[in-house]
Amino acid sequence: MDFSFSPEQDQLRAQARSFLEKRFPAARLAEIAKSTDGWDRASWPELARLGWTGASIAEAQGGAGLSFVEEAIVFEELGRALYAGPYFSTVALALPALACAPDLLAQIASGALTAALAANGSVAARRSGDRWLLRGETDLVPDAGWVDAFVVHARGPDGVGLYLAERHDARPAIRVLDTVDVTRRLGRVTFDDDPARLLAAPPAAAKIIAATRRRALAALALEAVGVASHALAQGVEHAKSREQFGRPIGTYQAVSHKLADTYVETELARSLAYWAAWCIAEDDGQAELAASAAKAYAAEAAVAACERVIQVHGGMGFTWDHPLHRYYKRALWIESFDRSGAAHRADIAEVLLGG
Amino acid sequence: MDLRDGPEEAAFRATLRTWLEANVPSGLRGFRGWSGPAAVALGREWSKRLAEAGYAGLTWPKEYGGAGRPWRYQAVYLEELARAEAPQHLGVIGLGMAGPTIIAHGRPDQKARYLAKILSAEDIWCQGFSEPGSGSDLASVRTRVDLVGDHFVVNGQKVWSSYAHIADRCILLGRTTAASEKHEGLTYLIVDMKSPGVEVRPLRQITGEAEFNEIFFTDVAVPKENLLGEVGGGWRVAMTTLSHERGTFGFALQGALDVAVRKLVALARERAGTDPLVRDRVAREWIDLQALRYTNYRALARLERTGTPGPEGSVAKLRWSEANQRLTKLAIEIIGQEAQVAEGDGAPAYWRHQQLRSRGNTIEAGTSEVLRNIIAERVLGLPRSR
Repeated sequence: MDFSFSPEQDQLRAQARSFLEKRFPAARLAEIAKSTDGWDRASWPELARLGWTGASIAEAQGGAGLSFVEEAIVFEELGRALYAGPYFSTVALALPALACAPDLLAQIASGALTAALAANGSVAARRSGDRWLLRGETDLVPDAGWVDAFVVHARGPDGVGLYLAERHDARPAIRVLDTVDVTRRLGRVTFDDDPARLLAAPPAAAKIIAATRRRALAALALEAVGVASHALAQGVEHAKSREQFGRPIGTYQAVSHKLADTYVETELARSLAYWAAWCIAEDDGQAELAASAAKAYAAEAAVAACERVIQVHGGMGFTWDHPLHRYYKRALWIESFDRSGAAHRADIAEVLLGG
Repeated sequence: MDLRDGPEEAAFRATLRTWLEANVPSGLRGFRGWSGPAAVALGREWSKRLAEAGYAGLTWPKEYGGAGRPWRYQAVYLEELARAEAPQHLGVIGLGMAGPTIIAHGRPDQKARYLAKILSAEDIWCQGFSEPGSGSDLASVRTRVDLVGDHFVVNGQKVWSSYAHIADRCILLGRTTAASEKHEGLTYLIVDMKSPGVEVRPLRQITGEAEFNEIFFTDVAVPKENLLGEVGGGWRVAMTTLSHERGTFGFALQGALDVAVRKLVALARERAGTDPLVRDRVAREWIDLQALRYTNYRALARLERTGTPGPEGSVAKLRWSEANQRLTKLAIEIIGQEAQVAEGDGAPAYWRHQQLRSRGNTIEAGTSEVLRNIIAERVLGLPRSR
């Protein structure tokens, strides 16, 4: 029993934090948010060079041969830095399906390929000669405007399979939606007999879909922990320096106890998120339950952390110029993904109490 | 990072589990508190049995009769005790507070005299810290400790002392110099509870039982050799006592919550049907329990690395107490009006008792308000509120 990170893992975290703090200070985040692209494209090859895109990819495919625990560290730090880019899409959502094709894994590890998951909607796949054609529409696709390819849930002759549709010549048709969190936009992707490659047919596809969901929930729990930690640090800093009635506002318990509660919830969320990460890395039997619990708890903790810290900042916290709203919007994005906390708890109740 | 038991921990756990199945006295299964003399007699017998099997003082150094094991074994021990719904050793104050303080600050003759009897439960200890005027503000204690000739004389009143009604000895924090600064002038003594002038009055709680006591000291003579640390140096000794209270305390709380959540799930299965609001609240409590469990594991890893408990102890106590209040309330809501009937010993009476008892959880061993102050000031580094 040892619930701690190894010195190498601590080093990975320190490296990630220092790189991201230098690369994405608050002013840079604001610039990125305003840009048409919505992300810093130049950062992707840097992430690949740091070994983050291929952290869990085998060394034979150009990866680092590590586990989800290392990816977990990166997710938490990217959450803390409010990273704008398709890391969550590529590494959490697309990677399990891409693992069916070793050539694609090498491209992910090298940074040559980014991918998103198109899972919400109705897409049909039909065979045409030696390839597949996709037709239909998927909605609320994270990072749709930024990626090189889509992993698509599409209904083929035997049921739902996983297909890879690469982007070229402005196909498939993508409409990037005006999303509350502008640094992680959602999009609508329309396929009109676009060619695709079959990655996994049923029943293998169903297993990959379930594993992907667990990874995504755990990854978002970790991002949420990063978001909450950053918000808490901002709140503490403000409570120490802002003075009213002649004293720092952090001396008032109405303020300090809010921050203490935020600390407690953030730490509990962190414990759940690390538990889920370990379960996924080890393919433990509790992985699904742990990922659900971690996502439900951490997302709500991150939202509450941002709300409390906005309150602690007073009017300034409510302004567009202050970076807090960006963290709040990311927390809300995370909370909305997949299902609400209540829906996850309903799943957990079913395991505990029966149907 | 590995959340599984290592081979030695797994073997320890398996042996302990089998041992508990064979050895927990039936009268103590589903234990609810050391209320009557019969329970106390059983408790002494049970504690002796634990000590003989080597389960008392797991983390104490071998030279003092302990098992000299790393903290993780104490965690496994507390988890397994909870799993078996078996009570802890009756001498928890001695094992967790007085003993480690004597090991840290005691003279060789004090160690020889007290430690072995703590393990064997021959001596039960209580704590004389809080006073009517000094609850959260411990440094303001007013009980007088005066050196008169070759002995100390103690005068004053202590309160909220668990086990005082059955205790043989008391760790007492009193004041030697009235005029000095609060933390200076405090003196830490070991008091024999059978000394003339010591009077224990049980305090009846809102549950109707008496687990806590008032202790009155009237001209109690305490031999000079019962001093722990130095005259006027009691605060430092008291801090050792309190830090040990936080060591693996979280695991004891987690164990208690584990039992409570298990019983809540059984109750909800039986009585709550498909009510989605109840199901949501049960799931919340289950998630909170897991959060507490894995926070304890993180704290344990840090404790083993650094040797000192981190701030997670405050986190565990704060969250456990609030969780226990919520879930016992949920249980009596599920039961409905039947939970108002005080007779019988089935589920309604159990939960009614647990719910009333839980109101003390956010007050005893550090109020939630003080714990939030500790987190704000010592963990987050916010300026002091006073």
